[in-house]
Amino acid sequence: MSASAVFLMLLAMVVVWGGLILSVLAVRAHPERTDFPPGGEDDLREDDAPLEHDT
Amino acid sequence: MAETTGTTGGAAAPEKPREEWTGQVGFIIAAIGSAVGLGNIWRFPGVAYENGGGAFLIPYLVALLTAGIPILFLDYAIGHRFRGSAPTAFRRLRTWLETLGWFQVMICFVIAVYYAAVIAWSLSFFVFSFDLGWGDDPAAFFTGDYLQVSEPGISLDFVPGVLIPLAIVWVLTIVVLAGGVAKGVQRANMVFLPLLVIAFLVLVVRSLFLQGATDGLNALFTPNWEALGDANVWIAAYSQIFFSLSIAFGIMITYASYRKRRANLTSPGLVVAFANSSFEILAGIGVFSTLGFLAHQEGVQIGELENISGPTLTFITFPAIISEMPGGVFFGALFFGSLAMAGFTSLLSITQVISAGFQEKFGWSPRQAALRVGLVTAIVSVLLFSTADGLNALDTADQWVNNIGVVASAVLTCVLVLWVLRRGRELQYHLNAVSTFRVGAWWQVFLAVLAPIVLGYMLISRIVTLITDGYGEYPSGYTDLVGWGTVVVLVVGAIVLTVLRWRRSPDTFTPWPPYPPGATTARTESPEVAR
Repeated sequence: MSASAVFLMLLAMVVVWGGLILSVLAVRAHPERTDFPPGGEDDLREDDAPLEHDT
Repeated sequence: MAETTGTTGGAAAPEKPREEWTGQVGFIIAAIGSAVGLGNIWRFPGVAYENGGGAFLIPYLVALLTAGIPILFLDYAIGHRFRGSAPTAFRRLRTWLETLGWFQVMICFVIAVYYAAVIAWSLSFFVFSFDLGWGDDPAAFFTGDYLQVSEPGISLDFVPGVLIPLAIVWVLTIVVLAGGVAKGVQRANMVFLPLLVIAFLVLVVRSLFLQGATDGLNALFTPNWEALGDANVWIAAYSQIFFSLSIAFGIMITYASYRKRRANLTSPGLVVAFANSSFEILAGIGVFSTLGFLAHQEGVQIGELENISGPTLTFITFPAIISEMPGGVFFGALFFGSLAMAGFTSLLSITQVISAGFQEKFGWSPRQAALRVGLVTAIVSVLLFSTADGLNALDTADQWVNNIGVVASAVLTCVLVLWVLRRGRELQYHLNAVSTFRVGAWWQVFLAVLAPIVLGYMLISRIVTLITDGYGEYPSGYTDLVGWGTVVVLVVGAIVLTVLRWRRSPDTFTPWPPYPPGATTARTESPEVAR
């Protein structure tokens, strides 16, 4: 392989796979916010969800 | 049995909890399973090679950051804030926008009917790979013995070799959808996505040790910097990102709507976007290492090879390579098994969009929707794509529904939501209120300015090309019927489904968190609060 091809292959791996690793680490470190606005807990009772038919 | 809940008798119905993913990981896995599909394997490597090789990485990353991720976040914001399938969520944004939601559902319907056929082909070739059943001439085998392709036209000559695996694909899809979001779609993705990654990793590692593999990688990654001055290369990069991420046709809206309200959106979105691109890079390495082996065997340059992208790469070139390869049976099983798994997890997301739309509009349970929607879609799929005209119909419908349907859907979403309704700030506030990765004003700029310009150019230029030059070698009468006819089906279907009556109105809904911040209530339809 030429030097430029090797360089761009490694660059692609570092940028894209590195981006994946960093984004996974970021989610693991801060999976959810700790300061949500008030409300939003009564999610399940508030939604107009589909009816369930016992078939 | 009788309904357990209902709206009959005039009494207010008890509300059934909305389905949810079991958690963040379940959502991320399902979203990656949706994004990683056939296009990652058979489209990206060829597109990258033909558009500057290693230099393509630059427009590709720019497109990912300026269009792919912003539109992905827009889908998440709409689905999560308005908590519904595409028709419900868009209707809650503004009543008349429901039609755009049904347009996206219709896109999914059309894609589902042919996408399942490709998965069926992959299953067949998975079986053929055990005894290299395609013989010495894979091209003749694929179009002749296997698909029995006829001249373009309407055909009712069913091909049993396609019909049987296609029926299997649809039975599996209906069974999974009937299980619901957590026990069906999520569980299937938790099984198939890790299997896909492992199988594909083994395949790529094997391909790296083939003779000529480095020549293939050299061809893929050697940069042609002059290509960066070609507008078509940039359009190709935006197209690849756009079609690869499963954005703008209801999937990510629907998937985000199954997250609990207090749930992180943007950080998992970055994982999904980078995972999708990571798989594309992996596929590029695997496919071009393998093509390098073929070129080595035939004593030619990579550039002289034909059929290096799309169905012909998969079902003609790869079988030829597998036949020549030491341990080809194992390689073939991994390759076609990977294709089938990648396609199946994407098909689940496509059909979930249809199922969710009908569940909410007509008050069906997930099981009812899976059976009714799944059966109708399966019958259309079998009638159109297990016949001798299947390949022609697939090629033509795919061209129109993706390049016109999906791109138009994206342009309309950006223009209507950000320009006409001016809800960009509200959606940006929503993302930032629940997410750990904050989006700035740049997000709205990309959505309101860059995406409509780039995607609008793609749309108009493709329409002009299809009108003036037609498509491929197909007669104009055929493309009018199958191609433009598909667009008519999308539009008419969207209008008809909008007009039909809701079983339970979705309009009594309060988005959370309130916008503007501090307001005690936030109405679904209030232009004042949107500004």
